[in-house]
Amino acid sequence: MEHAQGVAGGAPALALERVTCAFAARGSEGRYIAVEDTTLAVQPGEFVSVVGPTGCGKSTLLNVAAGLLAPSSGRTLVHGAALEGVNSRAGYMFQSDALMPWRNALDNVTAGLEFRGMTKADAAGKARAWLERVGLTGFENRYPHQLSGGMRKRVALAQMLILDPEILLMDEPFSALDVQTRQLMENELLDLWSADRKSVLFITHDLQEAISLSDRVVVLSAGPATHPLGDFAIDLPRPRDVAEIRMSPRFVELHEAIWQVLKSEVLKGYAQSKH
Amino acid sequence: MRRASTDLKTNRGLLAVYQTLLLVALFAIWYVLTETGVLAPFFFGKPLKVLEVIWEWFSGGKIYPHLAITLVETLLAFAAGSVLGLVVGLWLALSPLASALSDPYIKALNAMPRVILAPIFAVWFGLGITSKVALGVTLVFFIVFFNVYQGVKEVSPVVLANARMLGASKNQLLRYIYLPSATSWVFSSLHTSVGMAFVGAVVGEYLGSAKGVGYLILQAEGVFDINTVFAGILVLTVFALLLDFAVTKIESRLLVWRPKTAETEAM
Repeated sequence: MEHAQGVAGGAPALALERVTCAFAARGSEGRYIAVEDTTLAVQPGEFVSVVGPTGCGKSTLLNVAAGLLAPSSGRTLVHGAALEGVNSRAGYMFQSDALMPWRNALDNVTAGLEFRGMTKADAAGKARAWLERVGLTGFENRYPHQLSGGMRKRVALAQMLILDPEILLMDEPFSALDVQTRQLMENELLDLWSADRKSVLFITHDLQEAISLSDRVVVLSAGPATHPLGDFAIDLPRPRDVAEIRMSPRFVELHEAIWQVLKSEVLKGYAQSKH
Repeated sequence: MRRASTDLKTNRGLLAVYQTLLLVALFAIWYVLTETGVLAPFFFGKPLKVLEVIWEWFSGGKIYPHLAITLVETLLAFAAGSVLGLVVGLWLALSPLASALSDPYIKALNAMPRVILAPIFAVWFGLGITSKVALGVTLVFFIVFFNVYQGVKEVSPVVLANARMLGASKNQLLRYIYLPSATSWVFSSLHTSVGMAFVGAVVGEYLGSAKGVGYLILQAEGVFDINTVFAGILVLTVFALLLDFAVTKIESRLLVWRPKTAETEAM
């Protein structure tokens, strides 16, 4: 399926081409194929969600896109250029806590700038502005363990966005949060995203979250040998409120259509997880 | 009865009073046993004489240079052992080849009773401060080394991946991720390593020296002055307690970022 969506020609911001990832098996025999022959593209400015049952290799796919994991075969293209090493044009938001526990909120946000050689004073100025944008003014000196789960996610968001990456890779970033905090964070993410339309590859197992955030939803099969099964354009109007849009008839229609594809995979994944 | 025991646990002032009474009681028992001749004063000393010696040491000022020497040896051994342990620990943890190659030797050196090196150090470095520091270093090094090694191995892979995505180079990973993580493990072993440095200093002095509290004990033992030996032991004990107290203070200042168990689940 082709989705140019008003983007003027050129290469996609991020493209995975026929990516296969095989690992040495945990048990005895041979190899475990996590991801098989997956092709996926994110156009500049596009918000793409990837949904799939738990444990289907979604994170593996994201790690390949980030350059943290080299695929067994296939390749990653960033704006048309083959990726080697870590993807320096991408920001990555992890599922679990990735903040440095020995640095306070401010110093965690400045970390990326310090790595790039910016002086601490300059970096701190920018970081304060970013902490304000994510609503954490007054929490600069708190250490990660002194912040709530939602606040830690905000710090992680600021830590990623302060570097102004062209591509955002997000691995179920809000899955550990309670429903209310989660919807707040989703709306904030949409606000921040709509300001400068970065390309987003968002991984989740929550179909509602995927539809309410995205321009396009890709459904993955259950593992092993995960591959895309379907690709759905989400034509809901923006700006959106993630809580309200779930009531709209079009949302329900889309949810119904995608769930038809996803359902059997979820059941397959569930059956596998039982033994 | 139950009420009394809970009172004792909650009321810290009262607890301190009882703790002091316990100490006084122990001295009283010691006093009675040696005065009545149940324990021979020649072997067990006399508590009043012991306290008298301590009083003379402090009022006459004789003890201060010896305490200072022991303290300097302890601190030097701790500092040198920690830095060495930190560097070698980081190096071996990050270099699988070096780690595999040196593994049996590290194990052997750790298994060896290193106090036995004291005579060799005395021959190499003389009876001065250096031989005591060297002994302390061999004791401190392994504690710090194993903690740093563990600390590096247990750096969260997510934190590491995140730092790489934020653009950290190899050197920056070392400086901003591995080093802070390893240092926190060094701090968590602070009590043990300071204690070991102290043991190194005192044992070194005891085995041959010209100064230090260990030297005072050695001298007194040479003339069967058991009261002075006990006085030395008491002074060392109080000194070790003070050292431990100082370490606790430093620790709580350096590890503010560490979650306390009650705080980890804060939402």
